[in-house]
Amino acid sequence: MKDLRPILSTLMRSKAGMVLIGTQIALTLAIVCNALFIMSQRLDLMGRASGINETDTFVISSQGFGAGFNIQTTIQADLALLRSLPGVAAAAPQNTVPLSGGGWSEGISLSPEQKTSTAGAAIYFTDEHGIDAFGLDLVAGRNFKSEEIGFRDQRENEWPPGIIITRLLGEKLFPGESPIGKQFYLNVEAAPITVVGVIEKMQMPWPRPGSRSGDPNTVEYSILVPQIVPFGNSYAYLVRAEPGRRDELMGVVEAKLGESNRSRLVEDLKSLQDIRAEAYRRDRAMTLILGGVIVALLGVTALGIVGMASFWVGQRTRQIGTRRALGATRRDILAYFLTENFLITTIGILVGVVLTYAFNLWLMANYRSPHLPWFYVPVGVVCLWLLGQIAVLGPATRASRVPPAVATRAA
Amino acid sequence: MFLYYFQLGLRSLRRNPVLTMLMVAGIGLGIAASMTTLTVMHLMGSDPIPWKSERLHYVQLDGWSPDRAYTDEGDPPDQLTYRDALALMEAGRADRQAAMYKIVLPVQPENAEVKPFNAVGRATHADFFAMFDVPFAYGGAWSRDEDARFGRTVVLSREINERLFGGEDSTGRSVRLDGVDYTVSGVLDVWEPRIKFYDLTNGAFNAHERFFIPFSTAIEREMGTAGNNNCWKERGSGWRAYLDSECIWIQMWVELGSPERRAEYQSFIDAYAGEQKRLGRFMRPLNNRLPNVTDWMEKQQVVTSDVEVQTGLAFAFLLVCLINTIGLLLAKFMRKAGEIGLRRALGASRRQVFAQHLVEAGVVGISGGLVGLALTGVGLMIVRALYTEFASVARFDWLMVFVSIALAIVASLLAGLFPTWRACRIVPAVQLKTQ
Repeated sequence: MKDLRPILSTLMRSKAGMVLIGTQIALTLAIVCNALFIMSQRLDLMGRASGINETDTFVISSQGFGAGFNIQTTIQADLALLRSLPGVAAAAPQNTVPLSGGGWSEGISLSPEQKTSTAGAAIYFTDEHGIDAFGLDLVAGRNFKSEEIGFRDQRENEWPPGIIITRLLGEKLFPGESPIGKQFYLNVEAAPITVVGVIEKMQMPWPRPGSRSGDPNTVEYSILVPQIVPFGNSYAYLVRAEPGRRDELMGVVEAKLGESNRSRLVEDLKSLQDIRAEAYRRDRAMTLILGGVIVALLGVTALGIVGMASFWVGQRTRQIGTRRALGATRRDILAYFLTENFLITTIGILVGVVLTYAFNLWLMANYRSPHLPWFYVPVGVVCLWLLGQIAVLGPATRASRVPPAVATRAA
Repeated sequence: MFLYYFQLGLRSLRRNPVLTMLMVAGIGLGIAASMTTLTVMHLMGSDPIPWKSERLHYVQLDGWSPDRAYTDEGDPPDQLTYRDALALMEAGRADRQAAMYKIVLPVQPENAEVKPFNAVGRATHADFFAMFDVPFAYGGAWSRDEDARFGRTVVLSREINERLFGGEDSTGRSVRLDGVDYTVSGVLDVWEPRIKFYDLTNGAFNAHERFFIPFSTAIEREMGTAGNNNCWKERGSGWRAYLDSECIWIQMWVELGSPERRAEYQSFIDAYAGEQKRLGRFMRPLNNRLPNVTDWMEKQQVVTSDVEVQTGLAFAFLLVCLINTIGLLLAKFMRKAGEIGLRRALGASRRQVFAQHLVEAGVVGISGGLVGLALTGVGLMIVRALYTEFASVARFDWLMVFVSIALAIVASLLAGLFPTWRACRIVPAVQLKTQ
């Protein structure tokens, strides 16, 4: 740092270059920090576990048509067929699955008099094989019994006496107590419902349920209901294959269901992994685009530094030669340019920190973005310091190789 | 003179190909990023039916729960209950009106070789087609009488007509949907609005309908909605109870020819709400709205916040690229200080030096713009690959092509201005002395 004074006086004499590089650094810091923050939020979202077995499972749906079609017997026959297939570990009826983006939700009331519901929860209609097929973890209470499974018309508003809820929903409704045996209402004009079992985790079908209360656990408020509720003549199934046999079984199941009944069509065959990819496609796209912007931005900024530094080295060849002739070592020349870059970068960074928070405030005001965590800025600052030093290394090394004799030569 | 400067510029750029390439690539990347995002944002937000969007109004009635507004912002619900939609349709106070909802039905082709398949359709009123200027290839919409008498009539999309009838005129023929025969009243020509503005509740980029049937018929056949359904109050059991419930699942559009007609309709729906209040419904403060197409698109945030953030970032990126180009041009012109000094000493005026270098900057800009345009094509391809549902809005748009070329030239001239100004301030004597 012994060259500080001459560096400062040089910089003051050619402010343009300093301002240009400084501004570039400032903008780069602001964009990179905020883009990384958005990326990390999306990666968190995409990395969130749904609580179900996604690797071995797939869904398939059946749509019956014509006057003679009987949905109830079809579902029974389909389930018997699915469970008889070799390679099928479990099969269950379902109205929706986590991450599918569409489903049924209900408000939960703890008393029939309350005006607004205590919490909203996703409803998964399934039977006693549901827990096994979804690969859920029953942590308290019991599973459904086969005699509890009801058949309900879509237009009816009848709920069964016993249901299974997720652990977090239990904590929300009955804080600090075991939910088993506790009661609540899905229809305040009907009888209350009793919790018979608790599963560890199961996400709602919506990957981003907006919560008006701001409760971050909302996404795990799910209820398993022991009912089969067809939508018209259509119904869907969830199949869990034995490990490694999913893809093979998907083809078999589609063919077998299609053959078993001619007055219906079989469709929407999808693995849970595809459903997950589809659910987060926009987030993945955003992450990739932001990643691209960050790389391009760092590249452009680095090239700008290289260009500017090369120009300065060229411009000062004679001075460098003179310094060398007067006894400066190569190392001194190298240090000079590295220090100069460090100073410019630091000035840019100071402005950049302000810009970073300004950008974050804009995102918070317009897009409900959370506050930028503190560590993004220091990490960004260190990266930009390094970027600057690495970018300037080439031109600075060239400068250090200027022979002292240049000073004595006419240009 | 311009041509000479142009040649000088080219020569100067060729002398330092790496630097030139860096500058052109920088501007090109910046332009491509900003134009790709701007094109998507522009097409997403642009009016899909500009010739009459002002006259088309979405109907919003606030009959939601007295204990809680439909949204945190206090907006009325985004759909109607069946009974309100029916009442407004029966009143028929607008110039044209259509209630509608999304349905999915199995199609059973007569031709045994075509396997049955599920198709997305829409149950609506006859006015739908005239209201949205839907083009017909064959036949036309069903009549209002068919609406009244639960007609078994259907309008097919061009695509499904191709599949069922090989694309020939199928008017008068019969199509079996979920076990019931419907007579074809018309076949649409290609009708794929960029934004599915008439059903933003279920998604601006949802699949287009393959068929349309009368609303009354769908209700009579007890077809539930395949779209969103929201209830705040307990409902009884059975279809009739569902129709009488406070569940919202129906969308309604009206065409109102003038601002006066709009005002009249507003007072009509407000009066309707008042009437319902007396019946013990509509317990919330009066909050009925009639947004037009573009207002409704804005309210429903058709332009996603991701696209807006991306556009903001892309322009910040363009700014960085431009600053970068300013720096590189400055370095380049300053390195030519000797040459400039010589030209000045030989009699070139400052103006001439200025013009010469501005042309050089312009050449960089135009090349950057062309590279940017080509890269915008790549960018849009990437957007189409990453967001398949945005295929309709991630395409080249002539306006956007002009904007991007103009942007490139203006940007590079702006970027060239400062270095050029510095170049023409070079004092000839100083430069000549050092030689």
